[in-house]
Amino acid sequence: MNIIVSTIGQGLIWAILGLGLFITFRILNFADMSVEGTFPLGAATAVALIHQGINPYLAMLAAFLTGSLAGMVTGLLYTKGNIPILLAGILTMTAIFSINLRILNGSNLSLLNQHTLLNSGIMKSLPPYFNTVLTGLLVIIILIGLLIYFLQSEFGQAFIATGDNPIMARSLGIKTDAMIILGLMLSNGLIAFGGALVAQNNGFADVNMGIGIIVIALASIIIGEVAFGNLNLNNRLVAIVVGSIMYRFVLLFVMQLGFAANDLNLLSAIVLALALLSPKFRHFFGFTRILKGVSRSHA
Amino acid sequence: MPNPILSIENLTTVVRKGTSSELQILKGINLDIFPGDFITLLGSNGAGKSTLLNVIAGNLTADTGTIKINAHDVTKQDETTRTKYISRVFQDPKLGTAPRLTVAENLLLAKKRGLKRTFLPRNLKRSLPEFKVLTKTTGNGLDQRLNTPTGDLSGGQRQALSFLMATLNNPTILLLDEHTAALDPKTSDQLMQLTDKTIQDNHLTALMITHRLEDALKYGNRLIALHDGQITLDVRDNEKASLTKADLLNYFATY
Repeated sequence: MNIIVSTIGQGLIWAILGLGLFITFRILNFADMSVEGTFPLGAATAVALIHQGINPYLAMLAAFLTGSLAGMVTGLLYTKGNIPILLAGILTMTAIFSINLRILNGSNLSLLNQHTLLNSGIMKSLPPYFNTVLTGLLVIIILIGLLIYFLQSEFGQAFIATGDNPIMARSLGIKTDAMIILGLMLSNGLIAFGGALVAQNNGFADVNMGIGIIVIALASIIIGEVAFGNLNLNNRLVAIVVGSIMYRFVLLFVMQLGFAANDLNLLSAIVLALALLSPKFRHFFGFTRILKGVSRSHA
Repeated sequence: MPNPILSIENLTTVVRKGTSSELQILKGINLDIFPGDFITLLGSNGAGKSTLLNVIAGNLTADTGTIKINAHDVTKQDETTRTKYISRVFQDPKLGTAPRLTVAENLLLAKKRGLKRTFLPRNLKRSLPEFKVLTKTTGNGLDQRLNTPTGDLSGGQRQALSFLMATLNNPTILLLDEHTAALDPKTSDQLMQLTDKTIQDNHLTALMITHRLEDALKYGNRLIALHDGQITLDVRDNEKASLTKADLLNYFATY
């Protein structure tokens, strides 16, 4: 029972990464590597501030801000500097590694005996792992609500159009460069926020915790899409959360098969690769027919 | 003559500047466009028609010369700022619409062309009745597909939608870049008729590139020909009406 609750909790808090990456990967239509740096940046920022006695809520707000600042750097390199987005992201990610070492004053920092979002107030009185589930659920609900409001606003629609057809967007007076920079700021801010939450849940921040993050975030997006097929934009956001939880259960399953924690990145990459390849397999296994059956019964 | 709505003086444009393939496309264009002008723009490939449209729209910058809209100098304004006055329909139906957004969503985006976009809800429902009436005018079933992503439409429907989007807010100047060229003859004629009717009904000022001499003669009140970056023919009203296809073929044969 505990392991199920813990897995759902993990899925919920890691879903923030999927939602953050969705903004760039699916709406703006490019893969942003800076998230591999902004995730530990958010963790480092929050953990270092909590160590200074700063309120965890403020520490998480600060994590969001440092993440979006890093996203702005990537955005400026890409739009104003004409550096290809993959390279721009890698430059930011590489630079952040040194910054994280400075913030943490070392390669990791523990939260032992510190007040965090997950061990203070009402969270203390919950049964084990329910604090993660409750925190994750609250954050996800607020986040999806805000994202839906944003994307359905006049401005949000212009943002979507930027990713969908930049030439058309400009011809309608939409400043696509500004939209792309803003999107990268929002995305990386959310990823850093997710990093701050994951660090509090784990009880430490580590400079290496960003390795493979883009794969995990993509996995929740892709698994959600493979499982539910065609959805409207609002439902796609919810599908990411379900995808993130499903991904955690897949990991739980393979870990039960006897793999070690050190194999995690290999397993993540394999899970994502299989999910990405699944359209190619559909004719062989009737795979999507089964999955479509599932999504139809949900609808 | 009233005051020109668009005034171009001594416009020159050089592309691939500083390279060995540097090329001057526009070589001193002078053009006054007056309110209500519907100009058909002819010229062989490489004459500079698309470049002229791009410089007016702001995608390309003028190297020398000035562009004024309603006596207001816009030469230095970027493309997005100029969308307050200028709208355009591209030749490629894919360029004019956002494929993952629905027909209604695309129209709603176009309704705010050149205007400030707020963080308030877009309120799509409120505009649906208006869009229903509007899309009926295309006569190709677009009104039945308001909630369809534009990527699923036919090329003709997509281009008709692009045209509706460009004319939705009565632009000061409408630029049409061979907007029917990618369509089959029947669909192309339909869109040309819609174009003509919309321009007449809303008293729009338009500049249309075309390669079809019949269209250039049949539509508009003014005909301009470009050759090698310069305007070599500019006829209007009665003089244009008396032009024939043979005249044009003769004219182009001399170049």
